Amino acid sequence: MTNSLEAPTIPITVDFSGGLEMLFDNQRRYAVSLPATDANGKPANISFLIDHLCRTLMKDPRADLFVLDRHIRPGILVLINDADWELEGEEAYEIQPRDNILFVSTLHGG
Amino acid sequence: MGENMGNQPRHSGATAAADLVHDGCGRRLSDGEFDRYSRQMIVPGMGKEGQLRLINSRLLIIGAGGLGCPAGQYIAGAGVGTIGIVDSDVVETSNLHRQVGHATARIGMKKVDSLITHLRGLNPLPTYIPHPFHITSSNAADIISQYDLVMDCTDNPATRYLISDICVLLCKPLVSAASVQKSGQLIVLNCPPAPQGLVDGKYPPCYRCCFRKPPPAGSMISCGEAGIMGPVVGMMGVAQAGEAIKILASALHVPSQDSLERNLLQPTLLIYTYDLESAVGPYSFRALKMGGRKKNCFACGENSTLTLSGIKAGSPNYEQFCSVPTSSCKLPPEERITAAAYHEARERGEIPEHILIDTREKEHFSFGSIEGAVNVPFGKFLMRAAVLKRDGGSGSDILPTKPANVDAPIFVVCRRGLDSQEAVEKLKELGVDNGGRRKVIDIMGGMKAWKEEVDPTFPFI
Ligand SMILES: [Zn+2]
Repeated sequence: MTNSLEAPTIPITVDFSGGLEMLFDNQRRYAVSLPATDANGKPANISFLIDHLCRTLMKDPRADLFVLDRHIRPGILVLINDADWELEGEEAYEIQPRDNILFVSTLHGG
Repeated sequence: MGENMGNQPRHSGATAAADLVHDGCGRRLSDGEFDRYSRQMIVPGMGKEGQLRLINSRLLIIGAGGLGCPAGQYIAGAGVGTIGIVDSDVVETSNLHRQVGHATARIGMKKVDSLITHLRGLNPLPTYIPHPFHITSSNAADIISQYDLVMDCTDNPATRYLISDICVLLCKPLVSAASVQKSGQLIVLNCPPAPQGLVDGKYPPCYRCCFRKPPPAGSMISCGEAGIMGPVVGMMGVAQAGEAIKILASALHVPSQDSLERNLLQPTLLIYTYDLESAVGPYSFRALKMGGRKKNCFACGENSTLTLSGIKAGSPNYEQFCSVPTSSCKLPPEERITAAAYHEARERGEIPEHILIDTREKEHFSFGSIEGAVNVPFGKFLMRAAVLKRDGGSGSDILPTKPANVDAPIFVVCRRGLDSQEAVEKLKELGVDNGGRRKVIDIMGGMKAWKEEVDPTFPFI
């Protein structure tokens, strides 16, 4: 965790939609420089990204509106380059440079 | 019959299948029908066949609100022959900015009757069927079985899961949309429908395949709480009608090799994001690629045990599935006061110096508040509380004002009485109660109760 200036990072964009932007200072799009590996030296995957977002970007203390037991909470879809993450390996998907990760909460109103 | 065959791509499989399903596709259009539908019939791909399929179709709109009204207008306009509408509500003034199928003169009328009145004015030719009650586990299959296609225009997750499950079991295509505040979503499900349990090969997903679990009850916001922009929900309702018309007119819902091979194999969730601070931009609309039917889906998957008789008997329990037990109040009675009692105590001068914190959003607060109230929106309040807890410092820094008397009591009011209880707990946690010398009190029932008990003219929204 030291030397973060020298540690390699992956440039990605992260989007929030469907009301989730409220948890991230009402900003819908963030350019994120994600550390390329986690604390154990494993390549950064979606789990690591979620953890990273909670530690660095979340402005709202209501973290349980985004994660529950370290997993994304039910009712939030995760899209990797506009495709449902289930098509890409879910939490284990290894983040690639210039990926776009979208978090969108399911709506029920009408 | 053959007048517009020449300029139209034909899907012979679907045409043949549709003819099997619907009688009357070879009949003539009446002069009235011909005039009314001419502009859509000359659209390439539509033609007289498409129009006759619409006329011979039965479509169910569940929910006559912000989605169902705009959807219904285009469904009726296009000439879908039988249109059923389900809703148990009555028209209210606060509906009218978005529920454009109702009218000021029809406030208080059942929504199904009001919408049918409007649609009949638009097009008297279809048969309109009112279902003026809630859709429930016990009546859903009986209603849905009478129709060819279902539009989910409802406003809560329990009903959405119920409708999808019934559509899976009855093999009905489902066009689903939802909208709240500044966002909308749309997806076509179960189209063309495949029997439950059929998972080899590619079949379209159901609602549960895409949205396996509902969000926790506390995280859901309704249009009543969060607000809703009319054009946002309207856009989604109109898009829903567009999808339904295309499915019925082209017989995309009639199971055949042909319809399976078409692009419906690529289920897509359309999301619309409306920004009050900027013009339409590159991310206002996004088309998201969703997976197909899931092998392990609770409703349509391989080992599903879902049945119509089970649902009718109450299993699964949709209400339970969609609600996490809500936290009941843990505050002792001496830390709570009714709106009426607070008002009376003030009038009698029993609480001269105190702080009144109103935790509603600033938009709500801007319409009116109790005299002397200071606005600290709940989200901001929680954020400040978290920062104080992390960095230390005096708990009283969270207070909007510093009265001379450091033990001056604090009253907290919110919209409906839930956030205020949590705020009282947080204030005590931060030591703002000065070890019990200072009272921190929740005004029960929030500004809603204030309107009901104290000031009926209060502009509560
Ligand atoms: Zn399914």
